[in-house]
Amino acid sequence: MGTEAFQSVVPLTVNGRSCRVTVDHRSTLLDVLRERLGLTGAKKGCDHGQCGACTVLVDGRRANSCLLLAVAQEGRDVTTIEGLRAADGEGTHPLQRAFVERDAFQCGYCTPGQICSAVGAIAEAEAGHPSHVTDPQTPAGSAVELAGDEIRERLSGNLCRCGAYPHIVEAVEDVTR
Amino acid sequence: MKPFMYVRAHSVDEAAAAHAGRSTSRYLGGGTNLVDLMKLGVESPRTLVDVTALPLDAVEELRDGSVRVGATVRNSDLAAHPLVRERYPVLSQALLAGASGQLRNMATTGGNLLQRTRCPYFQYLGKPCNKREPGTGCGARDGVHRDHAVLGQSPHCIATHPSDMAVALAALDAEVELYGPGGRRTVPAAEFHRLPGDRPDLDTEIRHGELITGVVLPPETAGLPSAYRKARDPRLVRVRARVRGRGPGRRGLRRTRGADRIRRSGAPALARAAGRAGAGGRRADR
Repeated sequence: MGTEAFQSVVPLTVNGRSCRVTVDHRSTLLDVLRERLGLTGAKKGCDHGQCGACTVLVDGRRANSCLLLAVAQEGRDVTTIEGLRAADGEGTHPLQRAFVERDAFQCGYCTPGQICSAVGAIAEAEAGHPSHVTDPQTPAGSAVELAGDEIRERLSGNLCRCGAYPHIVEAVEDVTR
Repeated sequence: MKPFMYVRAHSVDEAAAAHAGRSTSRYLGGGTNLVDLMKLGVESPRTLVDVTALPLDAVEELRDGSVRVGATVRNSDLAAHPLVRERYPVLSQALLAGASGQLRNMATTGGNLLQRTRCPYFQYLGKPCNKREPGTGCGARDGVHRDHAVLGQSPHCIATHPSDMAVALAALDAEVELYGPGGRRTVPAAEFHRLPGDRPDLDTEIRHGELITGVVLPPETAGLPSAYRKARDPRLVRVRARVRGRGPGRRGLRRTRGADRIRRSGAPALARAAGRAGAGGRRADR
């Protein structure tokens, strides 16, 4: 059997730009972003979905791009750290500015994943998605306020080996307050 | 990872036909466990049948008052769904007790039930494992097994099952809907996962080629006060899911209790047994 049975052309939108990429079915979205599209913001940490360094937004929802097969993302709208913008489309995203202002990193390797994850977490909380620490009595559908433990729990899928967690929480609080 | 063919199915029949019961085919949901196992070499499918485009992504109330959850509903959406939060809080809480926000956005209801054990001997090709490769032995039995099964284990396997959701479904008397070459059938969630016995390679009652199409939550356990508690020290009883109440006068106590070791031994069935023991040795729910 020829190799063509094991590869496909996948139309994708990445950071607002449409593209078509021929991918080996084994390729993860992370590898396609980094090695084919030159978007090296999303990082390969554990490559097993545990560290969160590869976090991107797929159709607006945060996901571990190291566990997403690129071939299965046909037609999806992918946003990486390179594609984040301020609400008016100009300049950096408020979370990016907050991370700088709060010094919310040391080496910075986890930062793109932390920020993409925080963008997703903020949208989830606004949509009323509960977390493990949300009071179960909170009415379904009402927005959840993001502070302290809510932020720590919701970003628990993003590890920081430098231990910048306190400043990361402060940076996210700056944006959600 | 070995090369594989990829098929995206748009109907349940198309998915079943593409899978065709081949031992080398796998259904792809969120992929959070399957893709990982493929990277590790534990799974080497020849064909992946992507089922995420199937019209199975709804949570809906049925005429008899039960709630049907489609197999491709993502774990985060299920945990957040008003019908689940209001009527089956134990299910929402169980989902939120596991994984991460990113993984829950990806993982599907069907895939959650079909995840494989996190036993490191299962995940490492350099060690024997009866679950991965029947007949090779169990590396965990004489290895590092602090997190492994106490109840429900067998001489062949002491692995545990990682699903929190499955424990809640067992407590709620949910049913798992299956579709395959033999047609449609349902299996009680509490009986869906098998104890290892002498066939630890078989995690569940699912037959090859069968697809999980959904999970049905019955009206009888709707609205009962329930909660999911998970403590992370594996030396202790780690999980206690409890549904308690009189229903509208007809139900007494229904309780499931799983130590993490019990729960993860494959074993909503065992959790149920533990619940029986906890209720004075007999099931007191009806």
